[in-house]
Amino acid sequence: MKTVRLVLTRTLFYVVVALVGTFFVLPLLWLLVAPFDVKANLAVALPTHPTLANFRAVLNNAFAMRALTRNTIIQAGGTMLGTTFIATLAAYALSRTAVPAKDLLVYMLMLFSSVVTGTAAMVPIFLLIYHLGLIDTQLAVILTLTGGLLPSGIFMMRDFVEAIPRSYEESALVAGANSFQVFRDVVLPLVRPGMMVVAIWAFVNAWGTFLIPFILLRSPENMPASVAIYSFYTEAGTPIITLVSAYALLYTIPVVVLYLLVNWRYGFRFFGGIKR
Amino acid sequence: MDTARGVLSRRGGLLFLAPALLFIAIFILFPFVWVFFLSFTNQTLTGATAVNWQFVGLANYRDLLNVSKWMHSGEFGNALVITLKYVVGSALIGQVGLGLLIAALFNRRKGILREIVFTIVILAWIIPDVVIAFAWVAYLDRDFGTLNSLLHVFTPAQIDWLLEHPLESIIVFNTWRGTAFSMLLFSSALATIPPSYLETAEVAGASAWQKFRDILLPLISSHILTDMIMITLWTFNTFTPFLLTGGGPAFKTELMSIYTYRIAFKYFEFGRGGAIAVVVMLINLTLALGYLAILRRQAVRS
Repeated sequence: MKTVRLVLTRTLFYVVVALVGTFFVLPLLWLLVAPFDVKANLAVALPTHPTLANFRAVLNNAFAMRALTRNTIIQAGGTMLGTTFIATLAAYALSRTAVPAKDLLVYMLMLFSSVVTGTAAMVPIFLLIYHLGLIDTQLAVILTLTGGLLPSGIFMMRDFVEAIPRSYEESALVAGANSFQVFRDVVLPLVRPGMMVVAIWAFVNAWGTFLIPFILLRSPENMPASVAIYSFYTEAGTPIITLVSAYALLYTIPVVVLYLLVNWRYGFRFFGGIKR
Repeated sequence: MDTARGVLSRRGGLLFLAPALLFIAIFILFPFVWVFFLSFTNQTLTGATAVNWQFVGLANYRDLLNVSKWMHSGEFGNALVITLKYVVGSALIGQVGLGLLIAALFNRRKGILREIVFTIVILAWIIPDVVIAFAWVAYLDRDFGTLNSLLHVFTPAQIDWLLEHPLESIIVFNTWRGTAFSMLLFSSALATIPPSYLETAEVAGASAWQKFRDILLPLISSHILTDMIMITLWTFNTFTPFLLTGGGPAFKTELMSIYTYRIAFKYFEFGRGGAIAVVVMLINLTLALGYLAILRRQAVRS
């Protein structure tokens, strides 16, 4: 009796896992086969003659490649640098000064930043950037994304900063270093793993973002890949699937590589609100 | 034990904090205040009201909440109801349910199967929006889509999912897209439960379902609550379905975010867009505060 139940439970387990796995993997299959098929459409079919011709066509498209290898990297890289350094400074300050109820403060800030994003912030952010004269600049995208990511970045960074024993800093102070030197020479090297995690998180977020550049940018030469992908359309307005799929795969690879890197190096641990 | 003092003075701390405060003030607090102000004006991007805008009092709100038409398609009430269905369906039922299921299935289990399932679910979550949107448009396509070719085994009907079942489609889409967050949160919560809790139940002959319902579920209830509020706020603000349906057909998938976008960036009516944003923020803020209150009560009790 007991073995029967055990066998049934095991079988049920594998059936459910198979169903869940299928549900999640099916929509991704197209992205894996279409780029290698010169006759690709919206169907998932193993190409009879796998080819890299689609990638060659994409690589020869100067506009699309500038979007991917220059604009997206500038915008995601700028956001990454800004978020990481500002969040590290802030997390350190919050950790090492006596501010009353700072835990609640950071938590509320993070919640509040979730409230004032996307829908609600769309209009005032646009007007703010408009009045600052920054419409259609990459800087506008970097600043806006950095502002939006900072609260969560600080939240994630705090764990890492709290984990550093204060005694190192105290001995450096006794030796006559000032706060800035302590931060640069003692704290920064110790929180590097945390900074890596926040940096990758911010980079991946900014890399994939669509709405902010879509609203704030106008001219083609500033578009990141997320907006530029919509240029692979025929004059009739239908997407050229061969090019779209190849470009989509190229655009996706860095995100997957970074995920695998984080997973291998640190384990994909759970950090507060890691992605939005 | 006063370890906080001495390492960093209050002035030094403020200096380190200054860049973050500046950013948060400009890009989070200021928009929050400005949008209130905007919502009482008739400001537009172009035309006479771009420069010579006026205060119009509550006119924008009266227009949004005009009972005689607000439930018509393409109006505010329509978007609100669609958003609520979308949040309840895709986040509170879809992502929480599926996240719990996967986390519970692989609780205290290691190995290749877990790695594979977790990796696929996480990939669905981290791949850029536009790529996912194209993949789903292909997946749901009437003539070539993977879904219809699979269903073809059971029925000859060719369904155009995004036209015939638009809201259901984006609800399933968003469940697929966002489950990873809940899955990760629940699986790390389950991992903290001592195995001894379950061993006693096993000796007593409890089934897997009973163990889940009576032991695991109550122990992670606060995590479920945390998860629910976070994903509710995020889901309320998602714009990605725009890339699948553009809000259509006939406004059937016009979420609040897409509605705001249409009013503010297609018609450039910033005053009205501001009023929508204020209502959305107030709903979100209520949710967030309600959540903080519940957390507080739990903290007091324990």
